[in-house]
Amino acid sequence: MNAITPRDDLTVITLTVGAQKLAIPACALREILDPLPVTRVPRAGPFVPGVVNVRGSVVPLANLRHALGIPDEGQDDRRRIMVLEVDLEGDLATVAIMADAVHEVTTIKASQIEPAPSSATAWPADHISGLYNSPDGFVLIPDLTNIFAAQASRAADTP
Amino acid sequence: MMDDMAAIFREELRDLLESLERGLLDLEAAPQDMALVNQVFRDLHTVKGSGAMFGFAELAGFIHSFETLFDKIRSGAAVVTSDIIHLSLEARDQIPGLVEGVPDPEGRRQAILEALEAQISAGVPVAFPAPAAVQDVSRLTFGLRGDAFAMGARPDIILDEFRALGATGITCDTSGVPPLDSLVPGACHLVWHLDLPAAVTDAQIEEVFIFADADWSLRRGDPPPTAAAEALALEPAATIVRETTAAPPAAAPRAGVESAAGAAAPQGGGATIRVPAERLDALMDSVGELVILEARLTELARESRDAALMATAEQITRLAARLRDSTMTMRMVPMRSLVARFRRLVLGLSDTLGKPISFNVLGEDTELDKTVIEKLADPIVHILRNSLDHGLETPEERLAAGKPAEGRVELSAEHAGAEVLIRIRDDGRGMNPDKLRTKAVAAGLIAPDAVLTEAQCFALIFEPGFSTAAAVTEISGRGVGMDVVRRTIDGLRGAISIESRLGEGTTVTLRLPLTLAIIDGLLIEVAGERYILPMAAVQEIVELPASKLVPNRAGDFLEIRGRFVPFLRLRQLFACDGQPEPDQNVVIVTLGDTRVGVVVDRIIGTNQTVIKQMSKLHANVRAVSGATILGDGTVALILDVMHLLALGQTLPDPSARAREVAA
Repeated sequence: MNAITPRDDLTVITLTVGAQKLAIPACALREILDPLPVTRVPRAGPFVPGVVNVRGSVVPLANLRHALGIPDEGQDDRRRIMVLEVDLEGDLATVAIMADAVHEVTTIKASQIEPAPSSATAWPADHISGLYNSPDGFVLIPDLTNIFAAQASRAADTP
Repeated sequence: MMDDMAAIFREELRDLLESLERGLLDLEAAPQDMALVNQVFRDLHTVKGSGAMFGFAELAGFIHSFETLFDKIRSGAAVVTSDIIHLSLEARDQIPGLVEGVPDPEGRRQAILEALEAQISAGVPVAFPAPAAVQDVSRLTFGLRGDAFAMGARPDIILDEFRALGATGITCDTSGVPPLDSLVPGACHLVWHLDLPAAVTDAQIEEVFIFADADWSLRRGDPPPTAAAEALALEPAATIVRETTAAPPAAAPRAGVESAAGAAAPQGGGATIRVPAERLDALMDSVGELVILEARLTELARESRDAALMATAEQITRLAARLRDSTMTMRMVPMRSLVARFRRLVLGLSDTLGKPISFNVLGEDTELDKTVIEKLADPIVHILRNSLDHGLETPEERLAAGKPAEGRVELSAEHAGAEVLIRIRDDGRGMNPDKLRTKAVAAGLIAPDAVLTEAQCFALIFEPGFSTAAAVTEISGRGVGMDVVRRTIDGLRGAISIESRLGEGTTVTLRLPLTLAIIDGLLIEVAGERYILPMAAVQEIVELPASKLVPNRAGDFLEIRGRFVPFLRLRQLFACDGQPEPDQNVVIVTLGDTRVGVVVDRIIGTNQTVIKQMSKLHANVRAVSGATILGDGTVALILDVMHLLALGQTLPDPSARAREVAA
């Protein structure tokens, strides 16, 4: 879904997590919600610590900070919940992610996107599908499919 | 329009094929049962008739030949053999292909029919009890059951057929006809009496009634005065009462009773309609939403303290519960719908493997949610295959081990609380835990020094890539299957377990929830978080004694009516912040014989719980089996009783400690 080929321009929505700006393909976004009451799932681990009620569905709420190794910067009233549809082991699954702020929808040229540096990075390389430069610093494009697949297989393996 | 009709025919065909299959399988067990032969014949006849009506000429032609062959059995020109059943089942399997227009280039269908014909012609003619000895006439009385006219019964044709058999003195008894205002037009209130030549057999009479649901009785004429017959004549019961279907016995001449039954039938039997499964699913979804909104309404009404609003909310609660129950009942399907498939499988495998098998099914009326039933077929097929292939020994091995040559496999289904237990039991060689262990070590599934209990050894067969058969056979043993079985059962929120005794056999038990949709739940609170316990598992609620407030390192136990029950502190289990308040409650949950207490801060009340599945991302959270949405819109997690019980089992046993103290 967020595989990037050199030919395509990519429409993304940008958001902030911690101090890091991220871009998520707009086609994966279903809706943006004001903060909702979160139900903690005991022993679920830091990446998907809870679930929320999105229009009558119970949706897991993930924290990309943990998948990308971004430090916590506190939160304010700009905090939102983004509901996404991601590929989860072949099925389309609805998940929610926490965003400390949601900014804008923008189109980036495929030529602007660089692959994630393979060495010396703070982030797990297979969790990033690329990055690009913007006027206010570089923006990470997380590989949502890989990030959620990794969690699903972790969850399946843990007895 | 024609498409609609064809769709109706296909639906009907599915039922008929199922009934045909069941009939044939039953017939194999009871080859002499003329009622079963007639049922098979009737099914074939209906398929042929409807098929021809909807323009499936090839189908009609095929069935016609098939039917003709069965007619020979029906007329007693041949007996049912196991080969005939096998060929008939094969012929039956050709029918869907004929309907869908699948070509048959190899002439397989013709070959089946020819083989069937050869078998039937070779069959030994049945020697019917010689009726020649009886000379006088027999008096036959018959009436038609149910809404016979509405179903298209034609008494005139029946009477013509009797005339062809030599019936005389036909009279019609109209005493059972009710007054006009209470007359049910579709029912037949008439009873006929007629004299038949004594040579006419029961089978011939039954043949006349093959397409009618009739009650009939036959009074045989006075037998000739031979010694044996005189002994017979002493018995007062010279009247043979035979029923064509299994309805409560009713003597035909009692016309008053007849008409009452006829009036009742249209309300009972005729009120079935077919509904596409998607509509039921959509209804269930709506009911689920209604139940959630109803909870919200109840909460708002309570907050408003408006008496009229609260009363209305209460009525809606009751109505929603009723609606929920009837929707769920609609979705319940008996196990029976799966059983024919299993019987076919066993029949086929028994041949392929050369192992004679008696296959027993108990509790096929046990009902389960249709989603559960649909997903259950494949796992049970896998388990049966394994039982037959690996579990059961060859007849020689069995005889050598002092067992009967015929292997026994039993499939049973029963309700246990809000769950259904399905057991597949064989009396085969059983599983050797040591062998399983060695195998698992060789396959790299466990460490060589791993300590496993017997149950854990058996559970190894559910591991991906594990196969016990020394030689891979075509039936099973490729190591795929059992892991899929466990995954499927897990997906249904069920559990699977194995008991096995070496040389005595293996039992696989599947535990499944009755429904995947809505349950009654007990809403509890722990450290400000709310959870649901399935009400069906809740046995009682007790107060936590003040002495037990602080966790005891040797294990937490309560003594309830002389028995020790381990208990778990949810606060601890779920790593909640803060300190417990002094008055804690313990909810005792139970499943079968095991019990465990769950310490909670507060009991909030009962709750209609619409079950929502947890995401795969939370598959590792074993303590939670699902989630639901509460009246205020927040999510509450449903606790997994099986998991809590398993945790309780790991606590040290206090009775052992008590014994130590006593000693």
